[in-house]
Amino acid sequence: MDLNYTDEEKAFREEVRAFLAEKLPKEVSDKVRAGISLGKEGHERWHATLNEKGWLNYNWPREFGGAEWNAVQRHIFEEECAMAHAPRIVPFGLSMLGPVLQKFGSKTQQDFFLPRILNGAHWWCQGYSEPGAGSDLASLKTRAVRDGDHYVVNGQKTWTTLGQYANWIFCLVRTDPAAKQQEGISFLLIDMDTPGIEVRPIVLLDGTPEVNEVFFDDVRVPVENLVGEENKGWTYAKYLLTHERTNIAGVGFSQAGLDAVKRIARVECANGRPLAENPHFAARLARVEIDLMAMATTNMRIISRAAAGQAPGVESSMLKVKGTIIRQEINDLARRAVGPYAMPFASEAVEGDNDPIGPDYAGPVAAQYFNNRKLSIFGGSNEIQRGIIAKVRMGG
Amino acid sequence: MDFTLTEERQMLQDTLRRYLADRYTTSVRNGILAGDTGFSPDIWRELAELGLVGALFSETDGGFGGAGFDIATVFEELGRAGVVEPFLDTAILGGRLLAALGNPEQKPLLERVIAGDLHLALAHGEPASRYDLSRVETTARAEAGDIVLNGRKAVVVNAEAAGFLIVSARESGGFFDLDGISLFLVPADSAGLSLRGYPMLAGGRAAEVTLDEVRLPVSARLGEAGKGFGPLMDALGAAHVALAAETLGAMETAVELTRQYLLTRHQFGRPIGTFQALQHRFADMLIELEQARSAVINAAGHLETADRDRQNAAARNLISRAGRLVAEETIQMHGGIAMTQEYELAHIAKRIVMAEHRFGDADYHLERFIALGAA
Ligand SMILES: Cc1cc2nc3c(=O)[nH]c(=O)nc-3n(C[C@H](O)[C@H](O)[C@H](O)COP(=O)(O)OP(=O)(O)OC[C@H]3O[C@@H](n4cnc5c(N)ncnc54)[C@H](O)[C@@H]3O)c2cc1C
Repeated sequence: MDLNYTDEEKAFREEVRAFLAEKLPKEVSDKVRAGISLGKEGHERWHATLNEKGWLNYNWPREFGGAEWNAVQRHIFEEECAMAHAPRIVPFGLSMLGPVLQKFGSKTQQDFFLPRILNGAHWWCQGYSEPGAGSDLASLKTRAVRDGDHYVVNGQKTWTTLGQYANWIFCLVRTDPAAKQQEGISFLLIDMDTPGIEVRPIVLLDGTPEVNEVFFDDVRVPVENLVGEENKGWTYAKYLLTHERTNIAGVGFSQAGLDAVKRIARVECANGRPLAENPHFAARLARVEIDLMAMATTNMRIISRAAAGQAPGVESSMLKVKGTIIRQEINDLARRAVGPYAMPFASEAVEGDNDPIGPDYAGPVAAQYFNNRKLSIFGGSNEIQRGIIAKVRMGG
Repeated sequence: MDFTLTEERQMLQDTLRRYLADRYTTSVRNGILAGDTGFSPDIWRELAELGLVGALFSETDGGFGGAGFDIATVFEELGRAGVVEPFLDTAILGGRLLAALGNPEQKPLLERVIAGDLHLALAHGEPASRYDLSRVETTARAEAGDIVLNGRKAVVVNAEAAGFLIVSARESGGFFDLDGISLFLVPADSAGLSLRGYPMLAGGRAAEVTLDEVRLPVSARLGEAGKGFGPLMDALGAAHVALAAETLGAMETAVELTRQYLLTRHQFGRPIGTFQALQHRFADMLIELEQARSAVINAAGHLETADRDRQNAAARNLISRAGRLVAEETIQMHGGIAMTQEYELAHIAKRIVMAEHRFGDADYHLERFIALGAA
């Protein structure tokens, strides 16, 4: 047992810190901290900065030009980025599609798509969920019918995150309606400029246009855009879901969030004393900090097992459930901490840079509280994760 | 003990429920939310014509109600429909202060309030006061027979629509003293009064208010000089009943929407309501809802008694806790659909959670409850 990082790991952390100190512009980290949207260009610029350093595709193997960091390095990087309020890496191309293409894609697909993920020519979105297929993803109905050298796609995807920025979408489509549910699904790459595709925004409850509906009406997709074999898409989809899970607990985000709440609680006053000294608030804060301290170690325990080659199984479900509960609790504390100034709807804070209403930290917190209810819904809801944990661990 | 509503209140409840179900649909309300006035003047007037405002005032003040259970009956229905129109601000906070303190020249304004022609707003909270009711830094100084106000007021709900703002200001004492706070009825067009208005996350509008050498005649004072805190607490007592009841109504809607959704949404070939993991949590919400209803009844029934503040603190604490549970659980059990702005539950959940930010969250009321119990 040794709770310390190795010297190499410590040196790596210093390197990441130095990089962020030098390359992360303050106006960008200020926006991330304040919950202000970066827009498409903002994300692209940060991706380019990381790519220049060779740190954008850090989870890719060396043969595909990746840094091939181990799980501990990834964790350190993700934690430092969160603490420094760096923009999130948009995951759809880099940590979802990339690994699938590397494992199951053709050489032609790898050569064409992987460089474009890195240089930003392609912005990918994820077309899995449908109105009728959420938790029960395998019941998806979007059809792809072979017609010569093309598939003709008809149907609808929904909840497509940042689809308004995307020019490519990877989709699960039904190619064999007669087969058992999971066995008739294929994995298709679709250029969103193809005729017949319509993207309609969905505004979320905090006012952000974060997700979309995507409609397919006789969309012709070249057969060479099929990944792997026809009707094997479910295997690839599962690989995608289980592959990139080191950051699922979001420990870095929680730590950054907790620091932010502490800063607020030192400034806000209740009964003439800092809120941080209020016994009720302090107790709430302490409880979540205690949970987070243990979570950080749980996370590292699971990560070091993964680093030693043991694939995380139900553990990643555990990290997802507890990690999201902690993040949501921290959002709740931030909302509480700002008192009446949680009430204004800071549309300016989302869209531009007008003067804040009340203290500058107050603008985004209530919106973030509502927006992050998504954490326990998407990526396999917490109910689905609990089902997995119980099923696997109960044995029987 | 008798837990049935009187015939009059039952009628009021039926009328409001029917009107709001017909008229205040999700799409009408979403239209109001998307607009820039914060509420619908038409619906305001129609509800006033139905007697909603009158029900919140006693007969001596020109209404036909005004008791705790009248307030609870009205606001539960407003909450059930997710109404964003500022009845709390105009009728309860503004109206009750005017009724309690108005001089013969000020009091006739009540008639216009009850008729739905005049809006009011309470400008009490300040940028640094949070939920502390006695922390008033805005000053009122006597000068050449006038009163001059200076200071800033925070998150003043309904300030832009109000014809008059009721402004608290300190005439004597230190920042936290209960004595020395006076109330003033300030015309919205007073020189030196400026507003920075904005929408609120859960609907409606508020403003940051700046008072810069606002000069008023002494007759603008509401009640006695330096004795505003007691009447303010009386008005807030009614506001707590209203907020608790409104949140209860919203919780009822959230749970009902979830009941319907659990029965109709299918995943894995069956209604999601057949999953026991969701059934038990649905049951827990129903239990909490009964508790919340009892807390509202306790608070409403003690509005005119010596135990008012303790009962209010209990109700607001319980409803804050139960409300958060219901808001979060109903969203979770719906999945993605509840995250969309135009879905009814999204708005209802925001009403529930954001109500906690008016006049004290769960911790604030817990502290108050402890302090009042020890006294
Ligand atoms: C903000 C946001 C962004 C998203 N981004 C994307 C994206 O980019 N691409 C994409 O493809 N999808 C995306 N999703 C969709 C997300 O993956 C789904 O919302 C999720 O799979 C849940 O499906 P659902 O919303 O249809 O809920 P449902 O599956 O209908 O679930 C409703 C409720 O029932 C529960 N439930 C379902 N089955 C069971 C069971 N067997 N036992 C117990 N409880 C159960 C659920 O946990 C939930 O509480 C996003 C969703 C959100 C909210």
